[in-house]
Amino acid sequence: MTIKGKAYIAGIYEHPTRHAPDKSTAQLHAEVAKGAIEDAGLSKDDVDGYFCAGDAPGGAWPMVDYLGLNTKKLRHVDSTETGGCSYIIHLGHAAEAIAAGKCSIALITLAGKPRTGVMPPRAAGAEADFESAYGATTHNAYGMCAMRHMHDYGTTSEQLAWIKVAASHHAQYNPHAMLKDVVTVEDVLNSPMISDPLHRMDCCVVSDGGGALIVTTPEIARSLKKPLVKLIGHGEAMKGPRGGKDLDLTYSAGIWSGPRAFEEAGITPKDIKYASIYDSFTITVLMQLEDLGFCKKGEGGKFVADGNLISGVGKLPFNTDGGGLCSNHPVNRGGMTKIIEAVRQLRGEAHPKVQVPNCDLAIAHGTGGLLGVRHAASTAILERV
Amino acid sequence: MSEAKKYPAPVTNPETAAFWDAAKQGKFMIKRCTACGEAHYFPRSICPFCYSDKTVWEEASGEGTIYTWSLMRKSPTGPYAIGYVTLKEGPSVQTNFVDCDLEKLKIGQKVKVVFKPTDGAPLPFFTPV
Repeated sequence: MTIKGKAYIAGIYEHPTRHAPDKSTAQLHAEVAKGAIEDAGLSKDDVDGYFCAGDAPGGAWPMVDYLGLNTKKLRHVDSTETGGCSYIIHLGHAAEAIAAGKCSIALITLAGKPRTGVMPPRAAGAEADFESAYGATTHNAYGMCAMRHMHDYGTTSEQLAWIKVAASHHAQYNPHAMLKDVVTVEDVLNSPMISDPLHRMDCCVVSDGGGALIVTTPEIARSLKKPLVKLIGHGEAMKGPRGGKDLDLTYSAGIWSGPRAFEEAGITPKDIKYASIYDSFTITVLMQLEDLGFCKKGEGGKFVADGNLISGVGKLPFNTDGGGLCSNHPVNRGGMTKIIEAVRQLRGEAHPKVQVPNCDLAIAHGTGGLLGVRHAASTAILERV
Repeated sequence: MSEAKKYPAPVTNPETAAFWDAAKQGKFMIKRCTACGEAHYFPRSICPFCYSDKTVWEEASGEGTIYTWSLMRKSPTGPYAIGYVTLKEGPSVQTNFVDCDLEKLKIGQKVKVVFKPTDGAPLPFFTPV
């Protein structure tokens, strides 16, 4: 059983806001739901599957009610919560449900207000007494990964900076991007140290906002007006210190989710024309590129240097919307916008300055949780029909 | 100053109470599985490697080396350094480094456990030897 080719992304919507003091979180969910449903050319009453994660106020059942979804028709719900990659996991789960006949039009929403609202606390895990006092945050958890990667492989801050430089080259063309200025390697190195060895410009932005997707059957997708984008491979995985044995923070769960997705798709990283890679921090991108097989473990620094990720310049255009490093990072969760920009590239709807010519195969990959502590990863491979 | 920093008291539970009782005596405990021989941290009743329930408490040496670290330059309670220490006994543990120049930490550096008080059981930290 495979989901290859059994589900299409027929609707996408990214909220243009980055700062929403005058809106509620539920309202943002409704606005992105409406946007994706209209992008697909469907009605909310057509939706028979709903997917959301920890950012949805109250979880699935209050959201289904608030959004006014058609409860006579809605027959599949999934609220898998894996942080920032939840929506890439949802995409795979939606395809599984569609392939199994459990739903035919799935809506996935993400929205929230980390800049102007209160973020819900995460429930404590079994490790809480043994870890919470030590103050693991995103900054220092990813800093720990970068520190060890530098130690084991000689990766440098200059190499990490190239990832931000590439993102900034793309963001200059995105009118909604929070940071539109093109930056240099020196700019990144001269920005203040936040948590060693990560500088401020190694970190993503914090933004309000959200996004949504409509996933559907091949038949329904063909009846709609949008260019056809199908899911051909999907993978998910998790990693943690697991009792502290053989700790290795230089790789992520992407080392398992990636090959699963590529195997299902029947392609290799060399076939990919465009890559959306979760960029919570520059080190996140570097490690994911290695783990997904775009280069060997330890060679990510060389791979990202000298503009190799800049559209029209390098071999692997990435995050052509400016990504989390420059455009937005709705609810501190970057998975949704990774899928959306990949679909734009495959539809030919990216900004002309960053559109990859003849973009027929793209990857959207993300992680969730803390890379240096416990995290999930998910990989989706998409093809333009 | 790390000395002035107030740390939260562990909540504790039946599975881990023995760890915190020992901490009050200044002992740093790990769990070892008598079925597969592997030590692990943080402590579980079921071995995470072989799923045997034959796990026993063992006093660790409290000595280890820094696997990685990161110095958070600003926080509401001032700078602090998080990291992992690989214990002599094998498992790696998440911790903060204290009572030292935080800018001079190095991967591979030898460290030892030191307990800091809370309103409940003391918490284990590590400091360079």
